[in-house]
Amino acid sequence: MEGLAFVVPLAGAAVLLAIGWAVPRWVNDSIALATGIATAALCADLLHRTGDNTVVTWFGGWRPTHGPPIGVDFAVDRFGAGLATLVAVLACASLVFVWRYFATIHALFHALFLVFVAGMVGFCLSGDLFNLFVFFELMGVAAFALTAYEVEEEGPLQGALNFAVTNSVGAIAILFGTGMLYGRTGALNLAQIGASLAVDRHGTDGLVVVALVLVIGGYLVKAAAVPFHFWLPDAHAVAPSPVCALFSGAMVSMGVYAVARVFWTVFAPVLTRSGSLAGVRPVLVAFGVAGVVVGAAMCTVQRHLKRLLAFSTVSHVGIVLVGVGVLNAHGLAGAAVYLVGHGLVKASLFLCAGVLLHRLGTVWEPELHGRGRSLPVLGVVMAVGALVLAGLPPAGTFTGRALLDEAVAGAGYRWLPPLFAVASAVTAGALLRVVARTFLGVGPRPAADEFDLPTDDEDNEGETQGARDRVPATMLAPPIALLGLSFAVGAAPSWVAGAGRAAARFVDIQAYRAAVLHAAGDTVRVPVPHLRVAAAALVPATLTVLGAILVGALPLSQDRLPNRLKVVGRNVAHRALRPLRLLHSGSVLDDVTWLLVGLAAFGVAGAVLWR
Amino acid sequence: MNALGYAAAAWVFLVALYGLVTSRDLVRVVLCLSVAQSSTYILLATIGFRAHATAPIFDSQASTSARTVDPVVQALMLTDVVVGATVTALLLAFVVQIHKHVPSDDPHDLRELRG
Repeated sequence: MEGLAFVVPLAGAAVLLAIGWAVPRWVNDSIALATGIATAALCADLLHRTGDNTVVTWFGGWRPTHGPPIGVDFAVDRFGAGLATLVAVLACASLVFVWRYFATIHALFHALFLVFVAGMVGFCLSGDLFNLFVFFELMGVAAFALTAYEVEEEGPLQGALNFAVTNSVGAIAILFGTGMLYGRTGALNLAQIGASLAVDRHGTDGLVVVALVLVIGGYLVKAAAVPFHFWLPDAHAVAPSPVCALFSGAMVSMGVYAVARVFWTVFAPVLTRSGSLAGVRPVLVAFGVAGVVVGAAMCTVQRHLKRLLAFSTVSHVGIVLVGVGVLNAHGLAGAAVYLVGHGLVKASLFLCAGVLLHRLGTVWEPELHGRGRSLPVLGVVMAVGALVLAGLPPAGTFTGRALLDEAVAGAGYRWLPPLFAVASAVTAGALLRVVARTFLGVGPRPAADEFDLPTDDEDNEGETQGARDRVPATMLAPPIALLGLSFAVGAAPSWVAGAGRAAARFVDIQAYRAAVLHAAGDTVRVPVPHLRVAAAALVPATLTVLGAILVGALPLSQDRLPNRLKVVGRNVAHRALRPLRLLHSGSVLDDVTWLLVGLAAFGVAGAVLWR
Repeated sequence: MNALGYAAAAWVFLVALYGLVTSRDLVRVVLCLSVAQSSTYILLATIGFRAHATAPIFDSQASTSARTVDPVVQALMLTDVVVGATVTALLLAFVVQIHKHVPSDDPHDLRELRG
């Protein structure tokens, strides 16, 4: 039954491949959307049924009777089911959007899209380390192909190449680490590997450290932690907008989810035994913080709206990774709420970018100037979306960050909440700048080289052509609905409490192990954090939102600023960030080099801190 | 035997990645990735290896107590081969398409997405 949520989109894809070429476009659209809705319903049902438990399914009835499990399982808890539901909901929104978006579309697109969704849903539900790799590759291959869907254009091809090569290197690292763990424990089930490692006489030795670096490092590539992130802006800038919505809203989150899941089930028991659990914390937090800073800095100097949104994703996923990295239930709960809130609003913003492409034929800031005046509704959605990125109460990003702030401060990182606030203000401000220029025509028309280092004008003009005189309702409704949902998840107190219980359950490895290996539905043993958002959290949130407006207004009011300030501002944008921009060379070789540097640094940190 | 196998796997993995980042040709990038993938085959084969054992094929006549190598890693390898072939085919398709736009095959000349 649990497997259905994964099987249905695959079956839908198979049907589309079989009959898609012979039927009219609306039939393909309908089949794809119906499949998406069915998947969402199944995932939501799964989320409802799991409650605070872990629901385990052994495929083919290969449940462990005596000894370690040989079968393959889905082990579903609230986080897994919740993430799968997020994937399916975003997929539905994108499939509605697609209805009128593409100039020409083949059933192949729908089929790839559904395979992509199936890969992600399976990934969320799997309880098996090797199957995580298989689903990782399944969603990966579909995502590479979707990125290069406009196969006659240069940008999408190069973005897809960077994306595919870096993620494949990450996947090979994951498989290598998985093989090493199997060699040590003879198990592939997450719970069983964790149990075997914990009682193994070698403890946390070199093999465990290398396996951890390879597996977690591989998932960090998907999570776009700096310096593994170089593929992300390349892929997000060029993929079709409805695909980007899923990339930024859900696929990147898969990496963070896998880091948390694999770390807690496989590595936490053995690290706890050898007393080196705390040594992992600064490393994961460092990866997260690097993402927060680099993403925000690069976000400010982007001219291409989708690339700007992509770098903001790097920054926000960094915040989520820090929440996972503090290694306690409180941080995990905050990370989960933030992840969902951010995923919804980011998907909404990418769909908005798609509307701009559809209507104006460009998402290039200098060309957009003032041309959005005829699209007031879109402007409002994007402006509110930008403020939600900054953590506008009561959106999910606000609630999530309030919880995260408490968690990281409680873990001793008192300097992190202000950093989160600044980074959120900067990314949201950069987006507000584009929104104000586009929809209000504020300020002078920006020169193409305002930020130096001119990038070629990349506007996927080929991907959409349609009724340019008006925006179809099927393209405006999905981003509005997603934006509304991002408020809904933040405003419901039951969500916060539920995330708290789910996080406590997530880190309770004994309970997970009992549920998977001994079919014992267990009660939560670790203390459940009593989570609620304090009214005091409104203060930093308000400051962040005001900061975002200020950051957005600064480049627009250049003429009114004193000359000295203008020079300083320009110097920061041009000179200080230039080295960082040059690092983002767009060359796949540099991307892989940085990936290897990151893995090596991870390994060195591990060798020093965890032995 | 086992130590040699692990060393060979690690060596192939590292050599392939070195080859990848020093490539001056896109096709070589794809091939290096393929080589890196094959290092995992060596690793898995080594893990499943048992001295004086046969292939894990059981039929109704053969005794199930026969000494065989680990069938699980062979299943993993088969899956891995399929995945690797898919990725390689897709990447080569990208390379062919890119070649239509950019006359050079040097990955450093692909700077469409910088900054």
